[in-house]
Amino acid sequence: MTALLSVSGVSVSYGKVEAVRNVSLEVRTREIVTVVGANGAGKTTLLSAAMGVLPLKGRVTFDGIDVARLDIEDRVAAGLSLVPEHRELFATMTVEDNLELGAFRIAKSIAAQSQERVYGLFPRLKERRKQLAGTLSGGEQQMLAMGRALMGAPKLLMLDEPSLGLAPIIVADIFRIVGELREAGVSVLLVEQNAKAALGIADRAYVMELGEFVLDGPASEVARNEAVVASYLGFSHPA
Amino acid sequence: MNTTILLFLLQDGVTNGAIYALLGLALVLVFAVTRVILIPQGEFITFGALTYATLSAGGVPGTAQLALVMGLVAFGFELFSVRKSLHLAKVVRAALIYIAFPAVVLALATWLPAHKPGVAVNIALSLLIVAAIGLFLYRIAFQPLAHTSVLVLLIASVGCHLALQGFGLVFFGAEGLRGPPLSDVTLTAGPLLFTGQSLAVYGITLALMAALWLFFGFTRYGKALRATAVNRLGARLVGIRTSLSGQIAFLLASVIGAISGILIVPITTLYYDTGFLIGLKGFVAAIIGGLVSYPLTAVAAIVVGIVESFSSFYASNYKEVIVFTLILPVLVLRSLAAPAVEEEKD
Amino acid sequence: MPRWLPILLFAAVMTALPLIPGIPPFWIVLLDNIGLAALVAMGLVLLTGVGGLTSFGQAAFCGFGAYTTAYITTVYGISPWLALPASLVVAGIAAVLLGLMTVRLSGHYLPLGTIAWGIALYYLFSKLDFLGRNDGISRIPPLSIGSVEMFDPDTIYFVIWAMVLISAVLTMNLLDSRTGRAIRALRRGHVAAEAFGVQTARAKLLVFIYAAVLAGLSGWLYAHFQRNVNPTPFGPQAGIEYLFIAVVGGAGYVWGGVLGAAIVIILKEVLQGYLPLLFGGQGQLEIIVFGILLVVLLQLAPGGVWPWLANLVPLKFRRTVTRNAGGLPARERVGGSTAAPLLKVERARKQFGGVVAVNDVSFEVNAAEIVALIGPNGAGKSTTFNLITGILTTTGGRIEVHGKPVDNTPPQEVVKLGIARTFQHVKLVPDMTVLENVAIGAHLRGRSSAVASMLRFDRGDEAKLLAEAARQIERVGLGAEIDQLAGSLSLGQQRVVEIARALCADPELLLLDEPAAGLRHMEKQRLAALLRQLKDSGMSVLLVEHDMGFVMDLADRIVVLDFGTRIAEGTPDAIKTNPDVIKAYLGALA
Repeated sequence: MTALLSVSGVSVSYGKVEAVRNVSLEVRTREIVTVVGANGAGKTTLLSAAMGVLPLKGRVTFDGIDVARLDIEDRVAAGLSLVPEHRELFATMTVEDNLELGAFRIAKSIAAQSQERVYGLFPRLKERRKQLAGTLSGGEQQMLAMGRALMGAPKLLMLDEPSLGLAPIIVADIFRIVGELREAGVSVLLVEQNAKAALGIADRAYVMELGEFVLDGPASEVARNEAVVASYLGFSHPA
Repeated sequence: MNTTILLFLLQDGVTNGAIYALLGLALVLVFAVTRVILIPQGEFITFGALTYATLSAGGVPGTAQLALVMGLVAFGFELFSVRKSLHLAKVVRAALIYIAFPAVVLALATWLPAHKPGVAVNIALSLLIVAAIGLFLYRIAFQPLAHTSVLVLLIASVGCHLALQGFGLVFFGAEGLRGPPLSDVTLTAGPLLFTGQSLAVYGITLALMAALWLFFGFTRYGKALRATAVNRLGARLVGIRTSLSGQIAFLLASVIGAISGILIVPITTLYYDTGFLIGLKGFVAAIIGGLVSYPLTAVAAIVVGIVESFSSFYASNYKEVIVFTLILPVLVLRSLAAPAVEEEKD
Repeated sequence: MPRWLPILLFAAVMTALPLIPGIPPFWIVLLDNIGLAALVAMGLVLLTGVGGLTSFGQAAFCGFGAYTTAYITTVYGISPWLALPASLVVAGIAAVLLGLMTVRLSGHYLPLGTIAWGIALYYLFSKLDFLGRNDGISRIPPLSIGSVEMFDPDTIYFVIWAMVLISAVLTMNLLDSRTGRAIRALRRGHVAAEAFGVQTARAKLLVFIYAAVLAGLSGWLYAHFQRNVNPTPFGPQAGIEYLFIAVVGGAGYVWGGVLGAAIVIILKEVLQGYLPLLFGGQGQLEIIVFGILLVVLLQLAPGGVWPWLANLVPLKFRRTVTRNAGGLPARERVGGSTAAPLLKVERARKQFGGVVAVNDVSFEVNAAEIVALIGPNGAGKSTTFNLITGILTTTGGRIEVHGKPVDNTPPQEVVKLGIARTFQHVKLVPDMTVLENVAIGAHLRGRSSAVASMLRFDRGDEAKLLAEAARQIERVGLGAEIDQLAGSLSLGQQRVVEIARALCADPELLLLDEPAAGLRHMEKQRLAALLRQLKDSGMSVLLVEHDMGFVMDLADRIVVLDFGTRIAEGTPDAIKTNPDVIKAYLGALA
């Protein structure tokens, strides 16, 4: 099966400092892939570069086309979508307006359907649709960010640290929805520090250290790897 | 104080203030969307006013030629930036916007004046010419700098102001021009005399503000512009091109500037460099509004207009000193209210 | 190559130029004008390029300088040389008044504010009766030395360029000093500089005054060069042009100001001379070309011409640090009750709107102890650091150092109590060397004033400061990178540079925010060894860290936060088996 997103030999630098070195990764259709690693490992940098927020060296193809030199907006049009770490909502606009703008690129009739689907996934957003995005709680903001991204009917959703700063119960909710997305045919590339949760839901996983992938494979295998357990899954369980 | 004088000064101040309000709104809009502090706004005013006055006098304004030349340059910029992925559709679209549009406008501007068209046609033509200049100005000068700092954009803005003002002198000469009023009606209400022109100023200002409110509140592109202003990265992530937002913002600003000019030019003689000073008063209002608040800007503009009219009556020598010093207490209040806690801005 | 050699060469060339037989007098006038503009541009370099404060209003300060001397030399007939201090003082006082109002403005408010008062002052000059309104003041006496009266452009030339050279040397001296480093740190945000005791508002005001005084000097020279003054050269257009000069030359470089002045003034002259010939004498064609060139330049070389030139001539000036310069005085220890713990955080609370980021957290750090603060992302660890170091104010509770309350004291005071920190998001000045960055940490341990630095009376103090910085860099193991620009190091190394900077403050308590992130295994072990060694020397460490292996091996005690609340505290072994901690870390999905 051909990959939906294929990143090969990608490096990203800030000035002279290389934050991501020669990294290759694939996401296939209907697949959840996760990249786990410590703070500062280069996960966010990799995702930003894949979206075109940062310039990169190397090849990125998406859905059969070379997107490595495309603008962010053209990648959005191609069906790639990023929910960034800081969510980047339109804080002074309503939930409804945020969602409507998520569908900026697609026809109004399709947007209406998207909106129904998003409200279905996140009933909380429907309750708050007249509220300003900046006044939502952290969890609701994360839902809105995901909802806004889904409004554009992307083929691949890239999530950067969706659990950041959220209570466990909300994290569980968000991961449940990520699972549902796979059922609905949306592929997901998930970057997470909460390795336990991410590995629990993903099909495949990559482990990133100091800008490089040090390990990859089926998520269940990665989750059992001793080094991974020691470094990223908190402390080992008491015997 | 004599009530008649008081009322007269107030009326004069409100009329000017209304125009400053329009300019202030355009400045806030452009800054919020593109981070450009639009110094050339003054030239949009003069170009609009003097183009209208020239057309009304039966002449062919040089601004129409400038628009075509800028269009050609912009077309070159556009082709260069999409050289990696040249599609016929893109080229045709660019040719239509950057060449065909100003060419048609130039043809009209050359052909029409001899046929003595009405005020409305002259106004429409003036607006088209200035709109083209505004749009192309963004494409040429600012779009390539979109990723740079506010400071670099500000300096580029100053460069554009200098160049356009120089063109203004070439096209319209050092002599001032006046345009025909939009209407000759006069109304009296008590001691006050309302000319058709001042009524037109109020009416058009209110109509424009309402139109802008509808545009920003209820249309997809209006919301996209607001989104860009609130969060540029967020806007890009949903597929709103920063350059598209910038073009719309410049288009609106240039049209608003031109309308302001056309509203003023029947009242006072405008020179090639008058716009700069008028635009700066819009600035004073915009800064008082913090470059973010539209309502505050509008109110501040009216205050600026009134202060100006009173100081020109009581201390005409120091009129400009007073108007521009007005900004200082506001800045002080702002800096006391919100001690600068900004982080790592370049 | 010694630093002063190029300057000496330049001075020699400038002295020789007017002596060349047959040089057109018109060239000398041009050079005079370049010198006058260079003085103003140099001030702008410091203000805008280095300090990050943009001013369109410098021409107005020239006006203060010029009108002051014009007025007192014509009305009271005193010597121009006696009027010089008056000119500088008036420009300086104007800067203090305007600066107090405007330098605290952030971002774009400052440039806009300067446009506004630039215009207001221009109109004021042209309306005041005693300044001659639009006609200005004429018949100003020329400068004279002994019986030589400098009527013509080639005698005043030497005065102008002597002033330019002296100002350039003073400016470079200032930048290469304790105060200079504080100024250079301004552009990258206040937080880090303030955490090491830099009074940022005062530093901004200082550069503002400095730039104004240079402009006032230029105005004074201008008045005695032209021998009449009127408002036009001090108006907004001129203010814009000065900024243009600085940007063209390279706003970050002292010599960029001089180069920019040369380029712009010669260009203007050429354009004014030839454009009318090409296009017929219609209108101000040069202003059009000028404006267009400005935009083109910004698109092609936003950094200006000087850095581009400097790259072509790769001269290296290596700084030598005198390692045996003698020690800095230790930071003054603040006597407190010895019974009290070093740091005591008691029910500290921080709310942002409705969100409670730190929820009544309490813990203590004793002398010679390593305490770790752990918890999931967003648990409030960095916020706690910001509360302790005074970057944020608490919503409730108490924070004490040696028994003295420190909550809501400014960061500059907290560091004086012996608390130094690093940041989760590295806050170094990327275009300064590692040595210079680290030396900022010792800011409070130096004494030299800005004036002393300009005159190089600070060398003894400066040598000790740099030696201390070099010692701390060696100590953290980055001796090989000492002359590298901080921005060229890896992120992990940059974190270690921050540790060296914090050590320079001679702290009793070191606050480290994720020091091991981005370090390789060996580097982590080196860091752990360093921290243990610090502890053995009596220093305490409070650290936030995600690498559990690192924390468990190192810490004496661990405090666990989750959602802003302390959920556990104890020894590493106790924490490892605490069920609440496991739950928090592994979340509801475990």
